[in-house]
Amino acid sequence: MLQYAWVIPVLPFIGFWWIIFAGRRAPGQGAYVAIGAMLGAALLSVAAFIEVLRGARYDASVVWATVLNRPIEVGYQVDPLTSVMLLVVTVVGSLIFIYSIGYMQGDLRYPRFFAYMSLFASSMLLLVLGNNFLTLYAGWELVGLCSYLLIGFWFERPAAARASMKAFVTTRVGDLFMFLGILLIFLQLGTLNFNEIFSGVETGRLAGGLLTLAAVLVFGGAVGKSAQVPLHVWLPDAMEGPTPVSALIHAATMVAAGVYLVARAYPLFFGTPGHEALTVVAYIGGITAIMAATIGVVQDDIKRVMAYSTISQLGYMMMGLGVLGFTAGVFHLMTHAFFKALLFLAAGSVIHAMHTNDIKQMGGLGKIMPITYVTMVIGALALAGIPPFAGFWSKDEILLEAYHYDQVLYALGAAGAFLTAFYIFRMIIYTFTGSLRSHPAHPHESPRVMTVPLVILAFFSTVIGLAGAPWWDNPFHHFVRFEGAEGAAFDFEFALRSTAIAGLGVLSALVVYHWRLVSAASLRRAFGPLYIAVVHKYYWDELYQYAVIRPVVWAARRLRTFDVYVVDGAVNAIGVVFVWFSRLYRVFDLYVVDGVVNLVAWTAKTMGGVLRYGQTGRPQNYLLIIALGVIALVVVGVIR
Amino acid sequence: MHVGLTHYLVVSTILFCIGLYGVLTRRNAVAILMGIELMLNASNINLVAFNRYLAPGAVGGQTFALVIITLAACEAAVGLALVMAAYRSLETIHVDEINVMKW
Repeated sequence: MLQYAWVIPVLPFIGFWWIIFAGRRAPGQGAYVAIGAMLGAALLSVAAFIEVLRGARYDASVVWATVLNRPIEVGYQVDPLTSVMLLVVTVVGSLIFIYSIGYMQGDLRYPRFFAYMSLFASSMLLLVLGNNFLTLYAGWELVGLCSYLLIGFWFERPAAARASMKAFVTTRVGDLFMFLGILLIFLQLGTLNFNEIFSGVETGRLAGGLLTLAAVLVFGGAVGKSAQVPLHVWLPDAMEGPTPVSALIHAATMVAAGVYLVARAYPLFFGTPGHEALTVVAYIGGITAIMAATIGVVQDDIKRVMAYSTISQLGYMMMGLGVLGFTAGVFHLMTHAFFKALLFLAAGSVIHAMHTNDIKQMGGLGKIMPITYVTMVIGALALAGIPPFAGFWSKDEILLEAYHYDQVLYALGAAGAFLTAFYIFRMIIYTFTGSLRSHPAHPHESPRVMTVPLVILAFFSTVIGLAGAPWWDNPFHHFVRFEGAEGAAFDFEFALRSTAIAGLGVLSALVVYHWRLVSAASLRRAFGPLYIAVVHKYYWDELYQYAVIRPVVWAARRLRTFDVYVVDGAVNAIGVVFVWFSRLYRVFDLYVVDGVVNLVAWTAKTMGGVLRYGQTGRPQNYLLIIALGVIALVVVGVIR
Repeated sequence: MHVGLTHYLVVSTILFCIGLYGVLTRRNAVAILMGIELMLNASNINLVAFNRYLAPGAVGGQTFALVIITLAACEAAVGLALVMAAYRSLETIHVDEINVMKW
């Protein structure tokens, strides 16, 4: 039944148009339509997943256009990687949609929110179903558009409007590289179909430096979309969007599209000489992981903590893929989608209750919001990598792969893991323990429609990691795998070590923020310059401000001046010349053309004026002239 | 004196010229009609004379003369009717006063 997989993205797409046109008249003001379409897609995805588990595969293309005498095909495929992504997007998406009913209650543009979310889901599903770069790219840009629309959903707030623009432009920089990469592949191999490209790489038709260039360019797109260094700056600002958006798009699915892209195009990276493209991926990922984790430690905005956590975790996924841990990277993508969605939705629940994002104003919420508290702690444990929660299995695998591949990357990853546990529990302690620091607030537990998805996600965050556990012969490894990057076997001793690192992180957070054995202020002093750098997010925004935005704005101003004075000047000069020519032509028209016309008319008039005296109105005169004429004719005839 | 074709032609020419003179000089519409009658009869004399002297066996000239006499009668009737109509509407039969054809 896999040939019907195209229905999966079509369902939310229909939902999008329905809600856009029906607005508040749609069932549930659009919410039921979106959720219905999404649940339908989820059911189909589960069915597809089961089919794929049984060994079914599907891949079909149709010719869409012909360029440079080469047919451009579009099509879709269902394989283990796609089916996992379908499952993640639709299941997490459905839960977030349901949650949104409660979170977006009473919003001015409630139906539009669900319309955009449906469009996003549809685009994301298109992205993961595509069996070629064209379909993938179309979905890629569509999710970028939805991200833009949803970050700027509350566009009345200047910060949201700016953030949406920043996200759009920053990811576009990455997309440009990706586009160049796709173009390079197309020019070299004449196809955009993944399988044909991969066989082209295998047979060596695209190899060596050119292949590395293509792979790195394609990775550029992933860097933008997955918020990797140096294009990570947009994701923290993207938190201006509604929290369900942050959960679905900027944590669980869209930002993982970059990781999916690398996984999908893995043969491209794998085939480069000495896996050098993968080394690039691994180092970018590793640096991102540690850098974002350090920034996450000093953030006071609950959503920004999560945002940096997301960047960091995406870095882990990239690192996992880069160190030949194909399965580990994809596995972390899946587990992360569940527990990060959970964390975001729990954070949304907190924000819903407190009407603020500042964790320093919160505190003691554990007693008031027990469901949110428990589920968020589960999410935090999963993120920190405490067994048996989901994050442990995947992160441990990535660290294990890194350990076998490159000690530097392992060190970055391990330090990141420690910081991850530290910052997430710092946030938990600030938010849920102690006593409320903001007195005007009257927090309350969120409605059922919000807590039930939390509980379901918490359940998944607890058990989903077991898909990659060694006890049942590691089923996930057999399902999503790549020849040559199978990954190392589970190492109990190593797992103990990564658990210890995570536990140490949790313990440190408790020591500093709960028991207060070491004051945070003294830590700040101890780290001095590093603290300053971290608080300023390593000056990335400032760097872009001075290195990119200022010069671009400066150049734009200069170009404007050029436009106003040179281009407009030239246009105006041509205009003036033509006006003068027109004046000349006017004189010619007036005196020559009009003159000739008037002369003809004048001649006719004058002749008429003269000849009219001959018309006396007396037939006798006429008759006389006739008679005289006859006589004259006769005379002339006789004389001749 | 032997009377030949030429005499007839001279008489008809004189008659035609008198008629033409009358048509051109008279102001009275009835007089003009009378001039026209003279001109028509001048041509009748011509036709009959040519018939008698040039083709004595044929009757074409005499036939034409009869047709013209008929035509002259019709013309007189229509002409007098026109004069009557002109008098009724313009209260004059002097052709120099009937100048509605002037520009």
